[in-house]
Amino acid sequence: MKVPVTLNVNEVAYPLELEPETTLLFAVREGVGLTGAKEGCDDSECGACMMLLDGQPVNSCSYLGVQADGREVTTVEGLAEGDELSPLQRAFLEHGGVQCGFCTPGMLVSATALLAAEPRPSEGEVRIALSGNLCRCTGYDGIVKAVLEVAERS
Amino acid sequence: MTSAFVSAASVDEALSALAEGARPVAGGTDLVVGARQGKAPLPESLVAIHRLDELRGASASDRSLRLGALVTHAEIAAHPVVRERLTALADASSIVGSHATRVQGTLGGNLMNASPAMEVGGPLMVFGADVTLRSGAGERQVAVADLATGPGTTVAEPAELLTEVEIPLPPEGTGCAYVRLEYRRQMEIAVVGATAAVTIAGGRVAWAGVAITALAPTIRLVPEAEEALLGSDGGADAVGEAARAAAAASEPISDVRASADYRRAMAEVVARRVVSAAVARARGEAVAVPASSALFAGGTS
Repeated sequence: MKVPVTLNVNEVAYPLELEPETTLLFAVREGVGLTGAKEGCDDSECGACMMLLDGQPVNSCSYLGVQADGREVTTVEGLAEGDELSPLQRAFLEHGGVQCGFCTPGMLVSATALLAAEPRPSEGEVRIALSGNLCRCTGYDGIVKAVLEVAERS
Repeated sequence: MTSAFVSAASVDEALSALAEGARPVAGGTDLVVGARQGKAPLPESLVAIHRLDELRGASASDRSLRLGALVTHAEIAAHPVVRERLTALADASSIVGSHATRVQGTLGGNLMNASPAMEVGGPLMVFGADVTLRSGAGERQVAVADLATGPGTTVAEPAELLTEVEIPLPPEGTGCAYVRLEYRRQMEIAVVGATAAVTIAGGRVAWAGVAITALAPTIRLVPEAEEALLGSDGGADAVGEAARAAAAASEPISDVRASADYRRAMAEVVARRVVSAAVARARGEAVAVPASSALFAGGTS
């Protein structure tokens, strides 16, 4: 059974036909062709697949694509402003918040949602907001510093 | 393999789909994850209920707080009435999964998933909350304490949808808390959990409620612990007796997170801490939300 849906990904409408069990992650990677969001654990543990759904973080590996019909989806590809990296993206680079890069799209998406809701979070609030995003390389310090630096500039 | 899908535009449409054998999905944080993990395949027929705004409300009166089935853990944890009057529920909702789990996962889905380790079940049972189960034939109220029959099973009929939870507000002078033993702060499932509420009037405990989590096939109220507290001054002797009663009521299993022996031993520790925290809050002392972090951070006993 194919269900016709429209996914509004990074403010572009994509008409797709999805099987009911197709995940939002698969729909965006394979249907839309945006591969920034990653499949890590496929289990809602690692956060590599994090997207925003109507502005709120969602583990897209464990969310049905058909339930995103007509809603606003944001992926890491939607964070830059034209050719300019967003302040968070730039701060990640400057603070060594990126090593292998696999977790980075999800980290950026979660941190973007945090700063939209709470422009001046404490370090504890940053760590809680990113707790669903696992990084095996950086030890998190560069990532947390990057988010706090952008918050201080706001 | 799911061969039928409808996104309901009204509760009646959702109820019709359930009557024809569909299963509901809202945030998908249990249903879809369970399917990805191979626990249970996705149902043959699904009805999405995430668009039903009438299930999204939260309204407080002098007597109770009513929460629609689609209210999320994040919304519960931030609700001013929950934080002030139902603080144990704030303790619980604020530590479910990760931030993404809390903004997508719903109260109705959490209750109907019927995990004996769910965070919100103990507080709701202690407060005497009811759920409304609605079907095409009508609706009925069921106490949260009577809803689950075992891990993953409830008294609800397949055609019934949980639409609302009503939580009576405890009297002024009540302190309450939910505490879990956790190996990490977030992305965690309770190894052992306990809820306590006490109303102190004239220096004596006038009302008490205690529940244990992840210690039996369902979350369970412990009347023996409540009796140990009633009429006492809420001091160490009564708290200790209540904690031993909570441990005695536990029938834990061994699994990947802990052995049954360890859970039984920790039941008393966690129950003692949660009752102490409830007494402290009833006396107006500050215990930060979530109580789990406040009590375990410094290794207090």
